[in-house]
Amino acid sequence: MAQYKMHLLVCGGTGCRASESTKLVENLQTVLRTNGLDNEVQVVTTGCFGFCEKGPIVKVMPDNTFYVEVKPKDAEEIINEHAIKGRKVSRLLYVDPKKEEAVSDSKHMGFYQKQIRIALRNCGFINPENIDEYIARDGYAALGKALTEYSPEQTIDVIKKSGLRGRGGAGFPTGLKWEFASKYKDNEKYVVCNADEGDPGAFMDRSILEGDPHSILEAMIICGYCIGARNGLIYIRAEYPLAIQRLKIAINQAREYGLLGENILGSSLSFDIEIRYGAGAFVCGEETALIHSMEGERGEPTVKPPFPAEAGYLGKPTNVNNVETYASVPVIILKGADWFSSIGTEKSKGTKVFALAGKINNVGLIEVPMGTTLREVIFEIGGGIKNGKAFKAVQTGGPSGGCLTEKHLDIPIDFENLVASGSMMGSGGMIVMDEDDCMVSVAKFYLEFTVEESCGKCAPCRVGNKRMQEILDQLTKGNGTSEMIDQLYNLGSVIKDTALCGLGQTSPNPVLSTLQNFHNEYVAHVEGRCPAGQCRAFIQFLIIAKKCTGCTACTRVCPTGAITGERKQPHTIDQLACIKCGVCQRKCKFNAIEVM
Amino acid sequence: MAKVKSLEDLKKLKTQLENNLNLREKSDNPDGYVQVKVAMATCGIAAGARDVMNRFIEKANEEKVDLIVTQTGCMGYCYAEPTAEVKLPGKDPIVFGYLNPQKVDEIIDKYIKNGELIEGIIPVNYQTIDKDNI
Repeated sequence: MAQYKMHLLVCGGTGCRASESTKLVENLQTVLRTNGLDNEVQVVTTGCFGFCEKGPIVKVMPDNTFYVEVKPKDAEEIINEHAIKGRKVSRLLYVDPKKEEAVSDSKHMGFYQKQIRIALRNCGFINPENIDEYIARDGYAALGKALTEYSPEQTIDVIKKSGLRGRGGAGFPTGLKWEFASKYKDNEKYVVCNADEGDPGAFMDRSILEGDPHSILEAMIICGYCIGARNGLIYIRAEYPLAIQRLKIAINQAREYGLLGENILGSSLSFDIEIRYGAGAFVCGEETALIHSMEGERGEPTVKPPFPAEAGYLGKPTNVNNVETYASVPVIILKGADWFSSIGTEKSKGTKVFALAGKINNVGLIEVPMGTTLREVIFEIGGGIKNGKAFKAVQTGGPSGGCLTEKHLDIPIDFENLVASGSMMGSGGMIVMDEDDCMVSVAKFYLEFTVEESCGKCAPCRVGNKRMQEILDQLTKGNGTSEMIDQLYNLGSVIKDTALCGLGQTSPNPVLSTLQNFHNEYVAHVEGRCPAGQCRAFIQFLIIAKKCTGCTACTRVCPTGAITGERKQPHTIDQLACIKCGVCQRKCKFNAIEVM
Repeated sequence: MAKVKSLEDLKKLKTQLENNLNLREKSDNPDGYVQVKVAMATCGIAAGARDVMNRFIEKANEEKVDLIVTQTGCMGYCYAEPTAEVKLPGKDPIVFGYLNPQKVDEIIDKYIKNGELIEGIIPVNYQTIDKDNI
């Protein structure tokens, strides 16, 4: 067997593949072969490193060198310089934006220093398409431990004691959920994995499935053992082709090893897993809607009770958990409930994965202990706001969550604190906004999403959200009145109280939280101003005559021909013809065009 | 593919497989291990640094010593190539020169295992600037 001296870990997540990391892997292998090094250097395609902003990522082990934005053509230089001569390719190293110096290895990157990776433990470390690498990292050992050392009740106890709570949004205690499902007797029960990740800007479940699919399979088998189920179903949206492909590979490998099937590890447990595809409807992330969708019915939620634990898929007792929740289970069993509950805050234990997106320097996937503050996440790990702009707000919890502001930056993030400040954990999407973002437009964006995704079953969500969206639309178009703000309050609180499912009940959150935290901006819109200068109805592009050199660059790009003027003379914009697209402003080299 | 029929099977399989990931596990936590840096610039390679590096890895496997073997650029001791810097956990690094595979065995047997100093140490004539401590 070849003894590799160096491992090149190349990210094979969706983001990095879109930037040709597959081609990069091929090139690396070709260059290694031509240099006769293919037995010394191993190229491994891994899951997501989380540092998606700078992908594709190549991490060189053993020296932990972290190369960013690597192009397929860089393969030759990496091999010739680093693998053969031991010299790091400095132009590919990550440059710390604050210190403006290259960081030689990942241990010194601010992005990783505050993170504790539990659910993401194997992402960016192992090859997700190779069960052997998972087993080498204690894979399926938790299953073995549960089967040999614990009874199903004891296993549930471990999960209960660990304090693990559902990572999909509401934060229901996982152990309790398993216990409920185990109490209902039936010879047909189901373990369901909810991989219908629907929040805009959230991609942690996809990354876990792409980077470490076996951890989900293992946890589902353990859950099957606990609740007495033989069948597992993974409900995943068809928009995640790579995750589906890797899951299929993982399921086949687990079957070949006998880790799925009859008499797993010589015990009496039999369990198998199938994949079910969703069409990508937001509401199907709600567990009852998800179950109906799997049954072939319309993806609409139904009133609970009965909870799925009693009557779920095909009317049988069913346990539904989110991907990230399952991903934490094997580690908890192996390392113990006390270890897990030592991390985090009093009521929220362990870690949480967040997807950082929006106007932030380090867009990517991070995992931090519960109780980390928003400031640490955004400014230390996330590297602060793009282009040196000022922080304005962060939307947590996607369309069900709310906007938090400057004054919330120092609260420790956990389930309770986020709800208390008018937002929620949700699945862990974090969209960061800067001074140029108009909060009314942001609220409108989320509401448009909810209106589009509403299943239409209950009136509050179907009609109420539509009305709110219309009001917001009028506000951003300059037709707002002060009564509209009151109406938004009213509608929002009624929808919150009366909608049928969790998604409907939380859908007014973006509006209510921005109303609370950015009331002035709503008032400004009624008065005919957009403080962020984003709503087109309130702005005008004007040419500053003193600065204009008459270069005619703007006249040539204006799509409506609204800019006129003689060559070398100051130009003017015809405000009636102007559609406020802003192209002229971006084109002007003399900063002569301003927004008023 | 053989089925994994029991927890014992799984454990056996893990022991066989973990060697493949050893390098990654160790380098994830480098401070706890003996780190060996072999100078692999043109001068080092010409003088036989590749054999030296291979021997470090082989011998460490034979003796079950946990080493992180990395390659580095020219350290400036071109007259003494092949050279390697060996850093025991918690100690200052020591550079050994005029290496060959036999010498590597001696380093592992005496210095790395027992902390005995042996001949061939090159006196350190430079300071490394640690950027974190400025």
